[in-house]
Amino acid sequence: MATEALHPQAHSHGTGSAAAHPYAPRPFVVTARIQETPDTVTLRMAPKLPGDRLSFKGGQFNMVYVYGVGESAISISGDSTHPEELVHTVRAVGKVTNALAALTPGAVVGIRGPYGQGWPLDSARGRDIVVVAGGLGLPPLRPTLYEIFRHREAFGRVEIIYGARTPKDLVFAEEVRAWLQRTDLRIQITVDAAGRDWNGDVGVVTVRIPDARFEAPNTTAFVCGPEIMMKFTAQALAQRGVPTEAIWLSMERNMKCALGFCGHCQYGPSFVCKDGPCIPYKTLAPLLAVKEV
Amino acid sequence: MTANGSEAIADRVLRHPFFVDVDPTLVHAMVSKAEERSYDVGEMLVHEGKAAEEFFLVLEGKIALEIGGGDRPGITVETIEKGELLGWSWLVAPYRWRFDARAAKPTKVIALNAAAARYALAAHPAFGYHFLMKLLPVIADRLENTRVQLLDIHGH
Repeated sequence: MATEALHPQAHSHGTGSAAAHPYAPRPFVVTARIQETPDTVTLRMAPKLPGDRLSFKGGQFNMVYVYGVGESAISISGDSTHPEELVHTVRAVGKVTNALAALTPGAVVGIRGPYGQGWPLDSARGRDIVVVAGGLGLPPLRPTLYEIFRHREAFGRVEIIYGARTPKDLVFAEEVRAWLQRTDLRIQITVDAAGRDWNGDVGVVTVRIPDARFEAPNTTAFVCGPEIMMKFTAQALAQRGVPTEAIWLSMERNMKCALGFCGHCQYGPSFVCKDGPCIPYKTLAPLLAVKEV
Repeated sequence: MTANGSEAIADRVLRHPFFVDVDPTLVHAMVSKAEERSYDVGEMLVHEGKAAEEFFLVLEGKIALEIGGGDRPGITVETIEKGELLGWSWLVAPYRWRFDARAAKPTKVIALNAAAARYALAAHPAFGYHFLMKLLPVIADRLENTRVQLLDIHGH
């Protein structure tokens, strides 16, 4: 029913009174700006309204509004156990994201959310996990990685495969270096091309999957990156024997309302904002085989 | 190289994943001039345009394959590791390397003599067919990976 669907609590876990209408953004103040790569920044934010906080699940996204410029759907890249702090990692590629990336501490943005279905981490308990991130696909996976690290004993082997175009396109570089020191997981980092200052792996992420350490039938995969990267990665995982219903992809479409009303993000029978963005490959495979959907 | 050294090399070749299931007597024909080598980081294994007089089985480490030149610095387009085979330029006339290969980590390889290998493959057609059937999936994988790379899958 429309009036129920418009009720803000149906979608927002926030406590701010400003969320009286689903289209009304809640003000958040930028507290820190971290330049990740030449075109990508991480913004740390705090609620402007006293007592406000934003609880979320890894894989969910917010509609981030730059006042006077516009709104864009951005995945949450922070720690879900710290709802008092909101973290978004943004690549400057369009009007809104360029404006977001240019923000400095003290700036105020509007936030609607969180929205969508996140990564189904509970379904992965007791199983091996493989996380495959391509380019800016790592930020939407980071909250779930934090969750896996916090409950490491609840899962089997954990393998992270992270690919980017070049070494300078790798985000969270310092944090990833720290993860590399962990003995309870394995990380493979690869780039598509590199100069002589890079002595790591070179090649697309799919190349790393045959040698990844997981027991395929008992593995859950979380994959995030450009759609073409996810398509080939999912194919490689399925070829390795990971069940297609256990391979989850985070889809990206042109979100507008983020409430499942407007249809801008329709992908086949699904609205990505409401039914996704995290959707099993079993559902997506027929659509991914069609060009320009 | 001593006979014992040759046998030791043959044994290592036979344990390399690429030569699993290959008739040991035929491998011996290929390894008469083979030797084990180590490379420090940055050392070159092969140079583009030079004669491809040998090929390599990677035992340890990482090797970067580079292309480029002219007014552009070399770009690493692929890395290969333990268990993989470096090079098939020695099988394709005029037998010249089509890329540079540089050790990206301390690397150990077995270098096999190309002329001896070509002779062994030609003299034993069944072995030659078996060898090429092992090599073909490697070439096919690298072709497919190159195609995916061309899609610039991380650039969207």
